[in-house]
Order: sequence, then C-alpha cells, then structure tokens
Amino acid sequence: MNKPISLSRQQIAQLVAQDIPEGASVNLGIGMPTLVADYLPTDREILLHSENGILGMGAAAEGDQADPDLINASRVPVMLIPGASITDHATSFAMMRGGRLDFSILGGFQVACNGDLANWLTDAPDAIPAIGGAMDLAVGARQVLVMMDHTTKSGETRLLAQCTYPLTGVGVVDTVYTNYAVVDVRDQRFALRAIVDGMTVDELQAMTGAPLHVEGALRRIRLHGTGMARIE
Amino acid sequence: MINKIKSSHREALTVIHDGASIMVGGFGDSGIPFELISSLLDMGAKDLTIISNNAGAGERGIAALIRANRVNKVICSHPRPPRSEIFADAYRSGRVQLECVPQGTLAERIRAAGAGLGPFYTPTGYGTRVAEGKQTCVIDGKGYVLEQPLSADFALVRAHQADRLGNLMYRLAARNFNPLMCMAARHTIVQADEIVEAGSLPPEYIMTQALFVNAVVLAESDE
Repeated sequence: MNKPISLSRQQIAQLVAQDIPEGASVNLGIGMPTLVADYLPTDREILLHSENGILGMGAAAEGDQADPDLINASRVPVMLIPGASITDHATSFAMMRGGRLDFSILGGFQVACNGDLANWLTDAPDAIPAIGGAMDLAVGARQVLVMMDHTTKSGETRLLAQCTYPLTGVGVVDTVYTNYAVVDVRDQRFALRAIVDGMTVDELQAMTGAPLHVEGALRRIRLHGTGMARIE
Repeated sequence: MINKIKSSHREALTVIHDGASIMVGGFGDSGIPFELISSLLDMGAKDLTIISNNAGAGERGIAALIRANRVNKVICSHPRPPRSEIFADAYRSGRVQLECVPQGTLAERIRAAGAGLGPFYTPTGYGTRVAEGKQTCVIDGKGYVLEQPLSADFALVRAHQADRLGNLMYRLAARNFNPLMCMAARHTIVQADEIVEAGSLPPEYIMTQALFVNAVVLAESDE
C-alpha cells in the first residue's frame, strides 16, 4: 500500500473538470472553482457563465488583452469565446435561478449528508457576511458541485451530519470533491464514489462526520505522469 | 427640445441631499461611475445609504465615501472582495451598517422596483439566515422567500455612450447592475464616456431607454 496522497487544489480541479461533459453550461464560483477552467478538456465545447453577465467566457486575459470592462466574478480580466454574449445582472441570474445552468461549482466550508451547504459565513466573531452569488448558484443550477478540503486546517471534518455554520442552501449539493475523495450526496447520505490511492475507507471515515456508504465498486484516484489526477 | 446633458458633475449632482439613498452601478471595478462618486465626495453629501454589489475596494469610489464618513448604511451582496479594508474597518467599528443580500435577489429586487412590481417569491435563501423574519412558502415541494422591491432616491450609473435624450449603451461587462438601477431610482444620473447625436444609436440595440434617465454628464467633464 502506498502512502495516501492529499490532492492539491489543482488536482481537485482536474477531477471536477473531467466530470464536465461536452455541451455543458457551467458557472465557476470564486476561489478554488476558478482553477477548473484550466483543466477543461479542450475537445469539449463548454459554455462558461460568469455571474456578472458573461456567457461564453474564455481564458484569463494577459497584458494588452486585458480590458477593465471585461472581468470575471473574481475580478480577473478575461476573454470571450466566439458566440459569447453579455447581459445585465437580472438576466444573468435568471439563467441560474431559471435552471438553465447545468453545473454550478462552488467552494465550501461545510457540506452535510442531506445536501446542505455552508460557504458564506463562519462563526468567527469578526467575520463579515458576504453572500455574493452563492445562494442563487446553490438553488439554481441543475447540479451543484462543491470543492473543498476534507478537513479544516486544525483537522475538523467539513463533511458532516449537519452543518454548524450558517447555510447557503438547503439540500442543494450533488457531489463534493475533496483532497481525499469524491463523495456524492444521494438519498440524504454520503455515497463514496472514489478515494485517493493508499487510503482505506476506514481512514477516510475517521475524517468524515457522517457515514460513508460504498455502493458498487469503489474507485481509486491516482496521479499520472505529470501529476494529473484521475479517477480509475 | 429634450436635453438631459449637464455641463458639469456639480450641476448633475446638486440634487443629491443629505440622507439620500443612492444606487451605484458596477461590479468589481467595471461599470462603476468613479468620476461621479469623486465629485459627490467633493460636494459633501452625507448620511447616505449606498446600494451596490460591493462596498468599495481600494481607495476610490464607495471606499472613498466610506472613509470620509459619508455613508451610514450599505446594502450589497459582497462587501469583502479583495482590497476592501476600508469597509471592513468602518463595519467593525460600527460606523457603517450592512444589509447583505444575495446577488441575484439584489438584482431582482431592483428590477422589481423599476418594473413597478410588488414583493416576489424567490427560492434563493430559503432555509437560510436570509429568510429569517420574511414570509416563506412551499409550492410543488420547492421553498420560496418573499422579497421586497428595492428603489432609491438616486442612481449613479456609468455608460459608454449616451445621447441628449438619455438613451444609453454599455461596453462589455460594464453593464451589470447599471440598466436595472436606471429603472429603479427616482432620479438617475449617468456619466458617459462619450455623448453622441440623438439618432446615431441603433434604436433596436439601445440598452437603457431615455425614460429611465434624468441627467447625463461626460465622465471627464468638470469645471
């Protein structure tokens, strides 16, 4: 047995990107989700949505290509792909709430096995509330994927029976991608889809605050030549 | 002849009184009417309520108003983007109140006010702290929160092109909240990069129509 690996943020993004199919429309939330854009398979046509009104967002703009009037949700200058469109904010959020987006990919503080998501406010006494587009993205997209570390820096689990931080959305999460595993939320419980090479389910369970169910064959997350993470 | 073009920022902004509620367009730094806000700061209006997506970043725009103690309250979706220390300090010291609204709900509350609608049900925020104290309902198994329209005394807006009637065009993603705020404010003041002849904008592409605009001033124009 190899020593268990802990996936980097880029490797978590690689796993998410591999799950986005041809033709999908996707909103990438601020923070870790923006990394997913770097790993989307180039042979798939995927429409990226940015909450500030862009549908058909391209790569980050460098140097002279950067235009201050064309930025993404993280305030980074971006480019457009052929066929892109730009709307006002009401129309942009109608795309979310109206159920037109196939995937919303969000960062998270906590996910519960009933699909509840907390990602906008911690219980730190001086925390400043900031919701942004997260609550709309959580309720609107057909599938909500969450990217986060499996535990906090001090080792407390982020996958729980019940969230302790204020909720972003109720029963909204479909899949969680962590540095150790890919976990689906199904029928009010965690279904373990894949686990990193070298880690046992018991070891992962010890870092998880609700039972992990294994349905069918458990798949392994392995690193390939250049460090690219893949589910096998 | 209808002519909404003002010769200076001061002439355009003189209507803004202490205690006013002001919508400010923009997202990040795109579409923010920085030049108008700078003139508003010089003119001294205070006890303002600011409605905008953010609560200022860096040292200009809304951040400059907050640092000068002109703002009592901010209604926004995301007050902690990068470089938002001026708001954070003012909030933590109790000088500025905050109403944090989900971004799509903020846009739709503004749109509803501009469209003459009353309260509306949205699924956003159902079962969260945002729904506390509000009416909720469940329709076909889906939960909704009743949200109120949001209007304001004034809107400060940045457009790319404007004509003397107040028709507006925006550039790229600088559009964001600007057209909605034009509709929802009782008095809308626009800074434009360029003023063009009436009739030169293609009618079917005009993004904000003349009736939603009260005053237009060149971004760079000032006494």
